[in-house]
Amino acid sequence: MSEMQKTIEIEVLRYHPEKDREPHRQVFEVPFTDDMSVLQGVQYIKDYLDGSLSFRWSCRMAICGSCGMMINGIPSLSCQTFLRDYYPARVRVEALAHFPIERDLVINMEGFIEKLESIQPYIIPKEERTLAQGEYLQTPEQLNAYEQFSSCINCLLCYAACPQFGLNSSFIGPAATALLHRYNVDSRDGGKAERMELINSEEGVFNCTAVGYCSEVCPKHVDPANAVNQNKTNSAADYFLRFLAPKGGAK
Amino acid sequence: MSKRRPYVRSMDGWWRKNPFFVEYMIHEGTALFVAAYAGVLLTGLYRLSQGEAAWNAWLAALKNPWYIAFHLAALAALTYHSYTWFKIMPRTMPPVVVGGERLPGWVITAGGLAAAAASCLGLLALVWGMAR
Repeated sequence: MSEMQKTIEIEVLRYHPEKDREPHRQVFEVPFTDDMSVLQGVQYIKDYLDGSLSFRWSCRMAICGSCGMMINGIPSLSCQTFLRDYYPARVRVEALAHFPIERDLVINMEGFIEKLESIQPYIIPKEERTLAQGEYLQTPEQLNAYEQFSSCINCLLCYAACPQFGLNSSFIGPAATALLHRYNVDSRDGGKAERMELINSEEGVFNCTAVGYCSEVCPKHVDPANAVNQNKTNSAADYFLRFLAPKGGAK
Repeated sequence: MSKRRPYVRSMDGWWRKNPFFVEYMIHEGTALFVAAYAGVLLTGLYRLSQGEAAWNAWLAALKNPWYIAFHLAALAALTYHSYTWFKIMPRTMPPVVVGGERLPGWVITAGGLAAAAASCLGLLALVWGMAR
């Protein structure tokens, strides 16, 4: 004897740029089992109920950072959020907040990609070494200084959690600052002076008012709020120390 | 021609949309009590500079039930303000490494709260000792 198939209502914020003036809500009745994620729920909709539903996803195991959505208003990775935690109530799914909606659950992330590029997310070697000189060595303490900030998967949940980014999209924001910090505190890196110009700029860390929600929603425990706030101190030091030790060309 | 037309959602009423933001607005709001109380203390200082009669008049005014009610409200608001301030503190400072291990956030928060409680009690004891 088979058990009655359980179903759950998933309310999706739909937006089709060619047909809709603005987003609207659509409710789907989705059969589910206890092991189904919200991502599997929207995949069911696309496969069996409405093939036009658009969303991003890839790995299904919280490592690619593609499937971020607002689930009942909270920025979440849909692959690690489970339908059973909402049943029998309806689940509300929406594109990540604070980003323009390209279509349905797909956001426009061009602004973030530009920011990512601007922070120079790679090691700018302090000293050039030849192959014959061997690798750059690092102590466990030196690794500890940046390791947490290197765990970012660019899922953008922190931006969807940051009202200051929502109010001013030019703010460089949590994830980009966390990655910037990751390279600035790497013992092999010598690019700090260049990156500090970004930290100190109008788009920089002083847009942050320490709401702290970015770190709450981060699925990788990067604690971007900590990177941003440590750089407020760094920025203030950068500003005042130049009176003691002028750096020439620095802005 | 591009068919793209990215839709930007309104930020109107953003702080009401999430309990975390409501809490944030409340803890930012309690800062107004911090400012108001600084005003009270500065008024006292100003009245003191005007001489004994002015100072005593100010002390008498403080005994007004409305003023006492304000003090109780300010005490509640400042207590909440300190609590939320120390709660966010671990996120705002560089890592504290003790014996090769990074100090967990709750230890920093607890340390801050303990320091605040100790200094309040110390101040209270000092004032009480002086008033005797």
